[in-house]
Amino acid sequence: MHRRHFLHAGARAALAKGLASGLASGLASGLAGGLALHGTRTWAAPAGAALDTRLLVVFLRGAYDACNVLVPQTSFYAESRPNIALGRPGSGTGAALAFDGDWALTPALQATLYPRILAGEVAFVPFAGIADLSRSHFETQDRVELGLPLPGDALPPGMARPDASQGFLNRLAQELGARLDSDQRVMAFTDRLPIALQGRRMVANMSLGRTARPATDARQAALLQQMYAGTTLERGVQEGLDTQRQVAAEMAAEMGADKGGRNAVSARGFDLEATRIAHLMREQVRIGFVDVGGWDTHVAQGGATGALAQRIADLSRGLDSFARELGPAWRDTVVVVISEFGRTFRENGNRGTDHGHGSAAWVLGGAVQGGVHGEQVALTGPAALNQGRDWPVLTDYRSLFGGLFQKMYGLDAAQLQRVFPGAAPRDLKLV
Amino acid sequence: MPLPATATATATKATAIDRTTFEYRRPTLAALARLAGRAALPGLLATLAGCENAPTAVAPARPAKPAPVIDISDPRQEADAMRVSTLDARRVDRVSFGVDAALLQQVGRLGWERWLDAQLHPGPAALPAAVGERIARMRIVREPLEARVRADVAQRKAADAIADDEQKKAAQRQAQKSLETQADEADQRWLLQAVNSPDQVRERMVWFWVNHFSIGRNKANLRAFVGDYEAALRAHALGRFRELLEASVFNPAMLRYLDNERNAAGQVNENYARELLELHTLGVDAGYTQADVQEMARVLTGLGLRVEPGDARLRPEQQAQYVHSGLLEFNPARHDAGDKTVLGQSVHAAGVTEIRQVLDRLARNPATARHLSTQIARYFVGDAASPALVERMTQRWLATDGDIAAVLKTLFTAPEFDATLGRHFKDPWEYVVSATRLAYDGSVVLDAAPLQAGLRQLGEAPFGHETPEGYSAAESAWASPGQMTARFDVARNLVGGNGNGNAALFRVDGMPAPAGPTKARVESAAWLRTQAPRSSEATRQALDATLATHPGDWAWAALVAPEFMRN
Repeated sequence: MHRRHFLHAGARAALAKGLASGLASGLASGLAGGLALHGTRTWAAPAGAALDTRLLVVFLRGAYDACNVLVPQTSFYAESRPNIALGRPGSGTGAALAFDGDWALTPALQATLYPRILAGEVAFVPFAGIADLSRSHFETQDRVELGLPLPGDALPPGMARPDASQGFLNRLAQELGARLDSDQRVMAFTDRLPIALQGRRMVANMSLGRTARPATDARQAALLQQMYAGTTLERGVQEGLDTQRQVAAEMAAEMGADKGGRNAVSARGFDLEATRIAHLMREQVRIGFVDVGGWDTHVAQGGATGALAQRIADLSRGLDSFARELGPAWRDTVVVVISEFGRTFRENGNRGTDHGHGSAAWVLGGAVQGGVHGEQVALTGPAALNQGRDWPVLTDYRSLFGGLFQKMYGLDAAQLQRVFPGAAPRDLKLV
Repeated sequence: MPLPATATATATKATAIDRTTFEYRRPTLAALARLAGRAALPGLLATLAGCENAPTAVAPARPAKPAPVIDISDPRQEADAMRVSTLDARRVDRVSFGVDAALLQQVGRLGWERWLDAQLHPGPAALPAAVGERIARMRIVREPLEARVRADVAQRKAADAIADDEQKKAAQRQAQKSLETQADEADQRWLLQAVNSPDQVRERMVWFWVNHFSIGRNKANLRAFVGDYEAALRAHALGRFRELLEASVFNPAMLRYLDNERNAAGQVNENYARELLELHTLGVDAGYTQADVQEMARVLTGLGLRVEPGDARLRPEQQAQYVHSGLLEFNPARHDAGDKTVLGQSVHAAGVTEIRQVLDRLARNPATARHLSTQIARYFVGDAASPALVERMTQRWLATDGDIAAVLKTLFTAPEFDATLGRHFKDPWEYVVSATRLAYDGSVVLDAAPLQAGLRQLGEAPFGHETPEGYSAAESAWASPGQMTARFDVARNLVGGNGNGNAALFRVDGMPAPAGPTKARVESAAWLRTQAPRSSEATRQALDATLATHPGDWAWAALVAPEFMRN
């Protein structure tokens, strides 16, 4: 009953299955014509070399319902969600998209990321998450962003009490240290600096959803620098003024771009943000963070269409634009999409889902190994569920990120312990 | 009244502040002309003469014609303000949304402790007449919530039924606009009170409680509800926590926001029950369990909304328990009729009475006292709030059965409070409202649109936090590089180009322009008492140089100085 297996489905397997399940010829030709050929990339350039590797973390705040995005192909799934389940691939209007034997995908991905998924540029790690069982959005988001052992976890002997004022991405930036040269930035594309990027390393933040206004002029900037000199806010102000100049230059370039361009004028919402993020990451930003809200679907979340499908379509349109706008740098880029926890396996009394446990992480990039990765359990009955209600957590998010950072940046064990104290990195063959 | 004889007072009135000695001097006619603008000079002189017998303790009546534009609206008040000690000025600066001359004058008369007692036990709100008039015109004031919601629902239904696509879209947009207007009025009313009200401690606590019991405007049609929600919490902002808690629990906005209207026997929704324990009362580390959350959810079953007029049809034995008031409904047919156990104590099935019983227990629980004391201390003192101070507040809370004013007094008169003055980093509301109060000290702000825009840009829009934990009070959440540059932009927008003022603050269709200066002020008493004494040498030099070479930039520079980011 409790079948566990390890599945490192590679990109080729997924692609073959996807094609075999009957792709429209137009999509197939689009694939052949429009997408970069997949291949291997050597990560972890030697210390001292300029850092090409780019990392974007996309945090879906509110706990997205992974189970209606990466859809288990079991009858237990359909039985548990009488009103919101997605039909099996090929079952007619609103059916899920073929992926591999165990999993299908929401049709909300069809128009945007599906070609990249089939091309092996997108990996999914189901049953990923954090062991925290508070089922509180806020507590869990904070804990994920801190990346520390949970209260009650045993710490390795001799390990100092971790500093709970720093997030894991800030600690990563500290480890990369001098490899991020003075022009290269770490940036949160948010109005407020998220916990993940709070810490000793100064990190800029600016939401790109709006169109930037003209920045402070040079005399005023000098005035500000004079007043803030020697204060605790000095570096922040300097970093902010520099970033403002850079973003203003980017938006000026956007205005100057061809008016019929697909992105400058037509893009909206997350698509517009993601396009701008791509432009900044193509240039100087090496570690980025953005969050996307609207996932707390307790009521009427919909199925193939509806509230959740719309959010997923917006998200994947943005991620697709991001990939395209990065150009050749897409091969040096890894995007990780996470959420604080999953949702209940069964739908609730309001055709929605409540706070659950395990989620599914997405890992995207031009040199990512697509498919479904990590330890899995067949969702064939209640015994497979956490507390009989949620996806279990089989891959700790810290192990997932740790394994990625090991590959992407060549961090050694001691460095990884400083980024994720007390967590063991796991190589899920994602890159 | 601290002013001496009339002759001296008259002389004092016609003064400007000497920024080098921080004293008053009689200005030259030329200086007055420069301040007033040539055309307005006769008006200025008339105003000064007319002030002579004006009572200072009472808010002035609205003048029949617009007052002249001058830098100092009430020189006597400014003179009083300059006599207040720097310590008292900075205390007031921290417990308010920023000092102005009027607050300083009050504290000068009463002394810090008596002033504080008056602020902690204010009478009915005393708003400037023009603001009262503005608010009285609002739909959210004129029409009760249930009437608005019913009208909106009907409007939306009618729009959806239109056959023609274009007409339907237009009608649906109209329905959306109705919601937007109501939320906008709620923002305006709240911000106009925050910036204009003399009851500044109440204003700070209204913000604290609305944020503590945070709801997000973007869910369903909550934009119609947010104004009433703020008003409901406002009524208890300095009262007893138990009553405040009741006001949030029995509020249709909260019940919709956290899905309790969907919580019924047989289809339990835990969302509200969890946040009620975790965020609103006990706190996350208080030791309750998932079972407590589930039992709490059962207690709350049946409490929700009824939009339709008229009561639900019930069996006779259930009718006695039924509650329907406004949009609020407690429906015994949806309530779990079994006994429950919350936090180890049994709750006998008794309909809506059960809820009140459990709220009593939650409000009196020491974990709640500690959780709320911690939150309040962090809001005013920041990250530096000491455990000892929180403990004293907690004890005061328990001794007074959650008397919010008493707990605040313990905080505001603590040595730790004085010791940390000037170190607490303002959140965006504190920053934007205090900047407006300083820049337009003595003027009545009639439209808050520039403040709304600033708060959106700084990431702290009213009812803009999607998730129920509300905005953070931690410095690290707000002192990021992007926030700093955004503050520089927001300050620029508030004072206008060249310090000429932001006309949008004073312009409302169909209302006369208000009295008082509409240009951003320079070196007011409020600035001299709170900011100047703790400005660094670098800031002083930068501001002096600005005044000498780009005087139009001075107000902006004062608002973006590092010292103004803190209180």
